[in-house]
Amino acid sequence: MHTILEKKLIAPNEYDMWVEAPKVASHAKPGQFVVVRPTSKGERIPLTIADYDLKRGSIRFIFQAVGKTTHQMARFEVGDSLSDVLGPLGRPSEIKKWGTVMLVGGGVGIAALFPILRELKRVGNYTITVLGGRSSELVIMKDECRRYSDELIITTDDGSEGIKGVVTEGMKVASEGRKINQAWAIGPTIMMKFASLAAKEMGIPIWVSLNPIMVDGTGMCGGCRVEVGGEVRFACVDGPEFDGWAVNWDVLMRRLQQYKDEEKLSLEQYMAEVESAL
Amino acid sequence: MSPKVRQKKVPIAEQKPEERIRNFDEVCLGYTMEEAIEEGMRCLQCKNAPCVAGCPVTIDIPGFIKALREGNIDESWKILKNATNLPAVCGRVCPQETQCEGVCTLGRGKDFEPVAIGKLERFVADWKASSGDAPAPAVRRGEPKGKVAIVGSGPAGLTAAGDLAKMGYRVKVYEALHEPGGVLMYGIPEFRLPKTIVRREIENIKLLGVEVEVDTAVGRSVTIEELRSEYDAVFIGTGAGTPRFIGIPGTTLNGVYSASEFLTRVNLMHAYRFPEYDTPIKRLKNVVVVGGGNVAMDAARSALRLGAERVTVAYRRTQAEMPARVEEYHHAVEEGIEFRWLTNPVEYVGDERGWVKAVRCIRMELGEPDESGRRRPIPVQGSEFLLEADGAIEAIGQGSNKVLLDAFPELKLNRHGYIVADPETGATSVEGVFAGGDIVTGAATVILAMGAGKNVAKAIDEYISAKRLRAASR
Ligand SMILES: Cc1cc2nc3c(=O)[nH]c(=O)nc-3n(C[C@H](O)[C@H](O)[C@H](O)COP(=O)(O)OP(=O)(O)OC[C@H]3O[C@@H](n4cnc5c(N)ncnc54)[C@H](O)[C@@H]3O)c2cc1C
Ligand SMILES: Cc1cc2nc3c(=O)[nH]c(=O)nc-3n(C[C@H](O)[C@H](O)[C@H](O)COP(=O)(O)OP(=O)(O)OC[C@H]3O[C@@H](n4cnc5c(N)ncnc54)[C@H](O)[C@@H]3O)c2cc1C
Ligand code: SF4
Ligand code: SF4
Ligand code: FES
Repeated sequence: MHTILEKKLIAPNEYDMWVEAPKVASHAKPGQFVVVRPTSKGERIPLTIADYDLKRGSIRFIFQAVGKTTHQMARFEVGDSLSDVLGPLGRPSEIKKWGTVMLVGGGVGIAALFPILRELKRVGNYTITVLGGRSSELVIMKDECRRYSDELIITTDDGSEGIKGVVTEGMKVASEGRKINQAWAIGPTIMMKFASLAAKEMGIPIWVSLNPIMVDGTGMCGGCRVEVGGEVRFACVDGPEFDGWAVNWDVLMRRLQQYKDEEKLSLEQYMAEVESAL
Repeated sequence: MSPKVRQKKVPIAEQKPEERIRNFDEVCLGYTMEEAIEEGMRCLQCKNAPCVAGCPVTIDIPGFIKALREGNIDESWKILKNATNLPAVCGRVCPQETQCEGVCTLGRGKDFEPVAIGKLERFVADWKASSGDAPAPAVRRGEPKGKVAIVGSGPAGLTAAGDLAKMGYRVKVYEALHEPGGVLMYGIPEFRLPKTIVRREIENIKLLGVEVEVDTAVGRSVTIEELRSEYDAVFIGTGAGTPRFIGIPGTTLNGVYSASEFLTRVNLMHAYRFPEYDTPIKRLKNVVVVGGGNVAMDAARSALRLGAERVTVAYRRTQAEMPARVEEYHHAVEEGIEFRWLTNPVEYVGDERGWVKAVRCIRMELGEPDESGRRRPIPVQGSEFLLEADGAIEAIGQGSNKVLLDAFPELKLNRHGYIVADPETGATSVEGVFAGGDIVTGAATVILAMGAGKNVAKAIDEYISAKRLRAASR
């Protein structure tokens, strides 16, 4: 059983949770994820490991309530348990001394970016972090990221904080007049697509963390297949990080739509249940 | 042959095709006691019993049938249990026509069918389970002989675990998924192998003292080094679960599935009961399934039960070369699945929304035999045609599961990516690490995986005992 140790609402519809998972905590590395099945009739969903605590044997994830499963998890309280947590899965990020690195995060993707940033800093990189969101309150984990960033740039669509605009504006500012050896971009698919295009234009190699629909997370179903450099790869075992220049974004975005009708039905039914229980 | 022996098998009750194509309940309803005894009477009790040699776990077939027809089900069950930990499963899914029943003496007679060995085996196991008296747990007292870790809870791992526990070892099974059983749980559908039966067989193995830890991917959640330092031996039975794709254009279109994903959603995740269960599956209308094995049959018949109006199986060879169990093929035909022989897809054609709308196929002809001994299919130039479809499922085979292998580079693999292991003992290139089942042979059968589990359990016992002796005499 995976007991919830802490739970916080950190932005509208975004939750920060610490959960008991000793085996995951003792093996997790930046860039990896877990597959969570909250209830015995639940779906298996992937969530990035945002942090891990060896002493307590717990892991942290930050998630946005978007559909039935994440809305249901949002209603779990401290002391409740998640049915299943499997991990750590996926290949860890390539942590080494690159020189100057640029880390671009958007939405809940910032949670996935955070452990990578921290490790990159720890091994001696110069870290420039660009965080974006629609408005100031949606840019999460600012203070935590600041601690490990040599420079922190914030962009908001509505201009409520930092640069008014999208993250690619921040990327331009960050790379102005200097060489960036490696970049990462993690966030909504559309953001990663444009960040990759921008990075390619600037000649900066960039890792992106792809988020296709998964089932097992162990390479056994092929549902998570993505197209990278013209080849079909399984994101759960070959990724989730891939070379952003080479990703076929249209395929990814299309495949994310596969279950739209079913997801809508599932969420509506769940919300009706919740309301009638109140 | 004695004129009293009936020529054909005693007919067995099945759900009618027109009913069963809309539910996931088991197709075959099994024999009654009277029918089972009548069928058992057909066995000639051959002295040489060729059937036993045809069974990969050498069940004493005349023995269990004799006890059955004398009405001594307990005895019959004990005889089965001596050889197999999963009789209710084997009786249902073994390809009997190429194994025990394929060599049955009775079946040799003109116009005679072999004894329905599988159906009788299943009868005894089910009867025993429903009679309510729980099998006495054979828990050993005193010090365990040693500790063994089993990686993967498919038939290979479960069999090895059960046998080692019976020998007095402390055994723990690690499984990556949230439920044990391997393909029995996530691959083979409910209508062929009800999951309550798989769970029941696993409970029986737990009663022997075997511990099962789910949600643990060895190589990720715990490393093989950790297991090697904690246990006297490690058995790897991680199976061949990685789906292969033909690799034709359009593979990433929406509506194109691997059979593994389709079946995992339906079986392990219960998507056929969506939205009661949260995992969705597309309710496709017009489905093309590619392949000719059990996996293809299971995918096709599942799609039908999910409400498809038309399901077509495209196979690049002919019916004669089809590897699926004969019974499943017959069931599929009865259910209205269409078969296109000598047909291979060359492209998935998408609509403007990126959903598959047709499968472009090419006709094949059979040429010279290939390395498998079957005649090689060759495309007929210029014979391409379109099959309309809103879904396509590829069931063309699986490769080895990689999660563990990637994290364990010391382990020697063959050129197909499977573990190199001694065919008798399962010993691998790493001391104290053994392997068996599909991860060694490539995708095979439940009973072969169990046979491997059995042999390796013996070898592990010998390995640990010898190691103990050496240590004691030092
Ligand atoms: C490697 C990886 C790491 C991720 N990390 C995070 C994270 O740290 N925080 C976070 O909030 N989200 C993360 N996601 C996305 C998260 O898995 C989805 O938001 C979640 O599955 C939605 O489930 P739902 O039932 O609430 O919504 P649904 O209504 O089922 O779906 C909403 C949308 O989420 C996506 N989705 C649905 N099911 C799945 C699935 N099984 N696997 C992946 N995506 C799916 C689809 O695009 C869908 O349209 C990650 C995804 C991947 C692949
Ligand atoms: C759809 C389908 C239908 C079939 N029908 C038949 C049939 O009718 N008759 C028949 O005889 N055979 C059939 N087969 C074949 C048969 O099921 C397999 O040959 C058999 O299950 C192999 O057993 P196994 O124990 O080697 O592996 P599997 O059953 O594949 O089990 C392996 C287990 O190991 C787990 N695992 C993998 N990696 C790790 C890891 N790193 N850590 C922990 N756990 C791990 C997997 O999750 C899985 O549960 C069918 C197969 C499929 C897919
Ligand atoms: S285990 Fe399989 S091969 Fe052996 S007797 Fe039973 S059905 Fe036949
Ligand atoms: S070969 Fe057939 S008839 Fe002979 S003992 Fe075996 S099952 Fe009976
Ligand atoms: S999620 Fe099934 S193969 Fe990646």
